[in-house]
Amino acid sequence: MSQSGVTSMLSIKGLRANVGEREILQGLDLEVGAGEVHAIMGPNGSGKSTLAHVLAGREGYTVTAGSIRFLGEDLLALAPEERAQRGLFLAFQYPVELPGVNNTYFLRTALNSIRRARGEPELDAVSFLRLMREKLKILHLDDSLLKRPVNVGFSGGEKKRNEIFQMTILEPSLAILDETDSGLDIDALRLVADGINALRSAQRSMILVTHYQRLLDYIQPDYVHVLAGGRIIRSGGKELALELEQRGYGWIEAELAA
Amino acid sequence: MSGSPAFEGIVKSDYEHGFVTEIESDTLPPGLNEEVIRTISRRKAEPEFMTEYRLKAYRHWLSMQEPRWAFVDHPPIDFQAISYYSAPKHLKEGPKSLDEIDPALLETYNKLGIPLEEQKVLAGIAVDAVFDSVSVATTFRETLAQAGVIFCSISEALRTYPDLVRQYLGSVVPYTDNFYACLNAAVFSDGTFVYIPKGVRCPLELSTYFRINARNTGQFERTLIIADVGSYVSYLEGCTAPQSDENQLHAAVVELIALDDAEIKYSTVQNWYPGDAEGRGGIYNFVTKRGDCRGARSKISWTQVETGSAITWKYPSCILRGEGSVGAFYSVAVTKGRQQADTGTKMIHLGRHTRSTIVSKGISTGWGRQTYRGLVRVAQRAQGARNHTQCDSLLIGDRCSANTVPYIEVKNPTARVEHEATTSKISEDQLFYCRARGLNAEDAVSMIVNGFCKEVFNELPMEFAVEAQKLLSISLEGAIG
Repeated sequence: MSQSGVTSMLSIKGLRANVGEREILQGLDLEVGAGEVHAIMGPNGSGKSTLAHVLAGREGYTVTAGSIRFLGEDLLALAPEERAQRGLFLAFQYPVELPGVNNTYFLRTALNSIRRARGEPELDAVSFLRLMREKLKILHLDDSLLKRPVNVGFSGGEKKRNEIFQMTILEPSLAILDETDSGLDIDALRLVADGINALRSAQRSMILVTHYQRLLDYIQPDYVHVLAGGRIIRSGGKELALELEQRGYGWIEAELAA
Repeated sequence: MSGSPAFEGIVKSDYEHGFVTEIESDTLPPGLNEEVIRTISRRKAEPEFMTEYRLKAYRHWLSMQEPRWAFVDHPPIDFQAISYYSAPKHLKEGPKSLDEIDPALLETYNKLGIPLEEQKVLAGIAVDAVFDSVSVATTFRETLAQAGVIFCSISEALRTYPDLVRQYLGSVVPYTDNFYACLNAAVFSDGTFVYIPKGVRCPLELSTYFRINARNTGQFERTLIIADVGSYVSYLEGCTAPQSDENQLHAAVVELIALDDAEIKYSTVQNWYPGDAEGRGGIYNFVTKRGDCRGARSKISWTQVETGSAITWKYPSCILRGEGSVGAFYSVAVTKGRQQADTGTKMIHLGRHTRSTIVSKGISTGWGRQTYRGLVRVAQRAQGARNHTQCDSLLIGDRCSANTVPYIEVKNPTARVEHEATTSKISEDQLFYCRARGLNAEDAVSMIVNGFCKEVFNELPMEFAVEAQKLLSISLEGAIG
């Protein structure tokens, strides 16, 4: 789908993956160019979250065929932390709680691991704090977030905002947002969307995995794909999302079956 | 397909402090009888009452059985195969200054990261370093002396302040208390004595580094700390030992006494040699630690970080005798490889309106086996006593185990006793979440574990907290493969 002349960010070819004994992805192809925003939509159980986890390198997801290249490298040969260090970021659908681990400390360790892997100097506590305060404002997050343990006692909306906050700090090349809109009320959704839009740039690509069109009212994707039965069965521009909103997913599956 | 976490390849970090200093030792031949005890007492030029005390203890010990109730396994200990006295030869008379100290000894401390000369100035800590059994250096004595604080080896205290020692020694842990405490009373080699006079806030954190050096020498330290009315002291105990092939028995006794409105904070970081991957050669740490809140509104807290020893068997306890007295126990214990730990605390509420807090965090990896054993007892007259116990275990891998054995005895109906216990595993979700943010698995585990221990680390003095975190990270190296 990437137009000619655009640098390839991510190239997925014929991807098949199992969770346990079940094959969830059944020959998936996707091309994402630098700076592009792709929305992946689809009914429940179509393999959207599996795709997100396979990209991030989660254990328990076994790739049986196909290839994934990320910035020209074989992504599947890399450990999860190496993927992160090369600029891949997954915003979790269900962010995990880390009791006793201070948010600031967690993020600074993460950022410095990434910087170290890239041969960049580590940030000291003072410069890092300055960076955090600056980015907090973008998401209208409270200072108290810095002192709290990672995601512990956060509301659903706070957890999602914290994911986007982490993304603004880590500044990935490719962000995969797994159902970031789920569980957000309209105000929180707008804040999250603003945060994501602020991060759009010619060098940064995004994959928005979502069930609903709602998020796309705030974030305009360059491409929309429909994932069903473990494959991308239709791709189009943002108008496809509207059509899905009105007609559901059934008509595409019916068309394919016909 | 690997749906299970890859918690393989458990722990192979080599013991960092494994070296033996070559110093001529003045060591008694192995074996124990009344003559050995008289010799120890004579060499230390002890007053007569002490010799008699030791002999009484020894005779009682002969009638005692080695206890077997702890959830630990070890081959039988041959008490006649142990040498009960070992003193670095050059130091029999005691050093006048650091210049008189054997350079090899100073080198040992430097390897351990305890540069006495700089440290005493930089850290503001008076260090009473115990090398085997004789104190080799005591610093900052003058600063302490000006405040009226006595901080010296117990041998010296016996010679200089015999009445104080006589009044308090064995008053918290009598020699009849238990098998190992009784043995200690008979043969204790040296240890630390602290006395804080009325109304004095000790101007320095007091610290003792213990070091078991001569091979096959049982070490029987004795520590006695007395905080007089309205005084305060914070005491740090840190331990490392060189690698050794024989199992080494360590049976120390620590007694704390807090009079009216006095407070004692006792912190320990214990990093003795835990044995090799199969558990051979590690230290047996069978310690009796007890504090007596003798006065009204007195406070005693025990904070410990235990990562070493092949077997740890100890229960730092508080007797809450004085009205409104407060006891606390904060503990982090790590068992890896073949390490075993049976540890916990006893809070004995005797006085009215006494309060106690117990926070125990156990971490097990490899084949590590860990038991929290705690007793909360509220006596009939302890009106309004309160206890809160929180006991959390964290398992890494599936060959380790954790047990919680709380004993609660309440004889007063107004008492409030709460017990919370959790056992958890580092979840795959937590590990993946950290890795997805760029942390490698080891750093992720270390971060999660440090988070788990936060409540306890917060109780440690600053410099100790940093050391404890480092120690924990070293201990868990290789815990995740």
